[in-house]
Amino acid sequence: MTPAILPAILPPLLGVRDLRVHFAVRGPFNRRIGSIKAVDGVSFDLMPGEVFGLVGESGCGKSTLGKTIMGIHRPGAGEIWFAGQRIDRLSPAARRAVRRSLQYAYQDPGASLDPRWKIGRSLHEPLVIHTDLDAAGRDARIRDILEAVGLPDTHLDLYPHEISGGQQRRVGLARILTLHPKVVILDEPTSGLDVSVQATVLALFRSLRATFALTYMLISHDLAVVRTMCSRVAVMYLGRIVETGPTETIFERPRHPYTRSLLAAIPRIGGARVTRDFWLQGEPPDPGNIPSGCRFRTRCPKAADLCAREEPALSTLGQSSVACHFPD
Amino acid sequence: MMPGWRRGLGRFARDRAAALGVTLLVVLIVLAIFAPILAPYPGDVADFHTANRLHAPDADNWLGTDRMGSDLLSRIVFGARITITIAFVAVGSAVVVGVPIGLLAGYYGGWPSNLLMRVSDIFLAVPQIVLAIAIAQTLGPSIENVILALSVTYWPFWARLVFAETRSLKNEVFIESAIALGASPWRVMVLHVLPNIASSIIVRTSIGMGGTILTAAALGFLGLGAPAPTPEWGRMIAESREFLPEAWWYATAPGVAIFVVVMGFNLVGDGLRDFLDPRIRRGASGSGAGGT
Amino acid sequence: MTALLAVEDLSLGFATEAGFAAVLDRVSLSIERGRVLGLVGESGCGKTTLARAILGVLPRDSARITGGRVWFRGTDLLTADPEVVNRTVRGRAITFVPQDPFTSFNPLFTVGEQVMEILKWKSPRANLPAGRGWLPAVVSPYPAERKRLDFDAVIELLDAVQLPRPDQLLRKYPHELSGGQRQRLMIAMALLPGPDLVIADEPTTALDVTIQAQVLGLIRRLATERNVAVLLTTHDLGAAYEICDAVAVMYAGQDVESAPVDRFFAHPAHPYTKKLLASLPRADGTASGIPGEVPALIAPPGGCRFHPRCERAAGPCREARPPVDLLESGHWVRCYHPHRDAP
Repeated sequence: MTPAILPAILPPLLGVRDLRVHFAVRGPFNRRIGSIKAVDGVSFDLMPGEVFGLVGESGCGKSTLGKTIMGIHRPGAGEIWFAGQRIDRLSPAARRAVRRSLQYAYQDPGASLDPRWKIGRSLHEPLVIHTDLDAAGRDARIRDILEAVGLPDTHLDLYPHEISGGQQRRVGLARILTLHPKVVILDEPTSGLDVSVQATVLALFRSLRATFALTYMLISHDLAVVRTMCSRVAVMYLGRIVETGPTETIFERPRHPYTRSLLAAIPRIGGARVTRDFWLQGEPPDPGNIPSGCRFRTRCPKAADLCAREEPALSTLGQSSVACHFPD
Repeated sequence: MMPGWRRGLGRFARDRAAALGVTLLVVLIVLAIFAPILAPYPGDVADFHTANRLHAPDADNWLGTDRMGSDLLSRIVFGARITITIAFVAVGSAVVVGVPIGLLAGYYGGWPSNLLMRVSDIFLAVPQIVLAIAIAQTLGPSIENVILALSVTYWPFWARLVFAETRSLKNEVFIESAIALGASPWRVMVLHVLPNIASSIIVRTSIGMGGTILTAAALGFLGLGAPAPTPEWGRMIAESREFLPEAWWYATAPGVAIFVVVMGFNLVGDGLRDFLDPRIRRGASGSGAGGT
Repeated sequence: MTALLAVEDLSLGFATEAGFAAVLDRVSLSIERGRVLGLVGESGCGKTTLARAILGVLPRDSARITGGRVWFRGTDLLTADPEVVNRTVRGRAITFVPQDPFTSFNPLFTVGEQVMEILKWKSPRANLPAGRGWLPAVVSPYPAERKRLDFDAVIELLDAVQLPRPDQLLRKYPHELSGGQRQRLMIAMALLPGPDLVIADEPTTALDVTIQAQVLGLIRRLATERNVAVLLTTHDLGAAYEICDAVAVMYAGQDVESAPVDRFFAHPAHPYTKKLLASLPRADGTASGIPGEVPALIAPPGGCRFHPRCERAAGPCREARPPVDLLESGHWVRCYHPHRDAP
């Protein structure tokens, strides 16, 4: 587990306040008949140097959140602050300047390469867009980065399809790093990977973080990965954060019933079988039709009348917060 | 420039149909450029020898003579110039106008792009030849008006095609990530989207030339092209009508010329499609985590 | 006790542009009635190909079986009459739960229509006709009496897989169901013909972790209740731990180890298995990868295919495939230098 090593007096690098991203559901004649509240009131801070994990199952809004921070989706309400500047309402030109320091790694970074461009050209591109370096200066930077990700110089003349998937992934990451960003949002970086490859990829992320002093926001549904990489974790359900806290606390002493169900679902090799008595029934409700009050109440063993009437707010206790009327 | 083009070129050369198509086109272009030298009777473009009219093909006139006694072979060779000019200029201008419109509409979306696409739809709803006839008739018979009519009715096809391809490409991860990296819209459109749809455009351009020649010949046949004595192939077929079926060579020669040229463009287009696409398809590699 | 299914030294490959890919190399495994066997391996190991070979649905033009047998209830499926196999075994005695439930459904028909379609041909109540019948499939009649019984069986099974309001659900189209619902439906469809063996190909890979726990528990319960054997292929070792009675590991088309589940996880013998278990992420952040990459199967390494990446590799490893080494009852490994228990 990576400890948070920086003093707490530094201001957060990235701040999100009550962010809402709604997608319209359109009926015939393009009329808006409803909306999917993908992100429905999310707030959190990202401190410099930490690895912040965002977990949840499909439909919880974590990917939408990551893309909205990057500016790919537009928020309906709320604020996004980066390095002291508000970035959710910027003009496209100003937004581009921000993108230098705030980068986004796709689930398969190799897919982010233009298949018709040589790798060298793809690597030069971010520097061409954002810096005034001449060709020699760009070359030098790129060679440094290639070394950091463990790729040989000869790759610069190849096309993406001429190298393996793992190497494409490294090139994709190298491209992001050429700009020396401060924050990198990693979106499901290990999804679909074999376990042995996963370990190598995570090791790569760790070493890049050390070399470039990066801050990560790791979005994943894989709790095991989050546990080994992150210092702080937030759990999302149906567009809201239901619990946050230091990794150890979340994994050892979860307080929200949903967090407890997530942890109860993970197989523990060598331990008792979890599937035999797994208690969480049913599936998350349709995101276009969110239950009133607490959105988890339809599946929660503790649900009471209060839960249907009032949506619990995130209440903080020490370093953790939980949004539940009856937390453990 | 494009990945693996050397290998693809080799394959293209081995594709016999494509090689035939290229040969035909090369012959056409050579004929057009060197018409005055290659035609046996270069003067016959304008001159006429009524004594010689409607002679069947023989040693003097390989393809026979027309109603004015002019050598058909020479007229066809000079007609090649007209054919090429119409094909390249009409298709070229349609592409030059339609592709940027499609790119911008596909990239930006919103109501302006909807408007542009609806306008294209209106044009596309009417068969090209009908619209071209209307325009050419209004403007008067001449080669320039034929070219104008053809390109005006053709650009919407390109706009629509490029619009659809741009829109679907916009969802690709590498385009999204170029935007996330801070690339300006211009850069994304010209350096990323355009090269990736170029193969589609190139293939359709070649085939489109064939189709345009056919339409131009039809316009010429209807008398909407250049007036006599311009050796336009469609016009020659129209002239031959009253002399059929006795003077069979009069219609056959330009007809075969049209057929051969259109086939040439189509074969080249098909060959290009094979040359450009499977390599790209084969080139796309999976990441290291597919199932067995 | 004779096994229900016994694959014996199965070898097969695919003809590709670049050559012949030897995808399976003398693979053997066996399953008893009512037991769950986990077939574990990473991408490229051949587990899905093996599942397809057992079902007999390999691509006809490119797949070539170069040796071995697949014994099912005493008959070799590879040499039996294909007509008989199609009628009595495939989709009836052996059924299949695919990895991606969404693409396995026809989007144009309701799920009810698709389920009943299966029962029209593969219901346990259908008389096996002596001949094929001269009517083409489309206009073959579905006897009303049997249809009613089949429908009741469907409702009963949909209840068993915990799908709410089955009659309403059957009227929906595939895209109206969630991933978890589709997968439960797939499991129900696999159980409807009354099979002896269900092959589940990575059935929970595409599902969220809580749904995965539900579906795995369901598979286990139903298998035990109905005495149905399950061959579960997966790359998720946790899932294998949860519901399997025994686990077999494949690497690059070779089977390398097989053991009862507790023994498998406590005392892995093959170097690959050990490394695989070591690469699972642990709480303290340590996890090791396996250096190198899975070999291409066009020209695979000789002998034990893992030897290029194995630190214990020596001469014999490169020459010939290690023979089966029975370490303990039920636990065998193919390795010249397996890890043995500490005394």
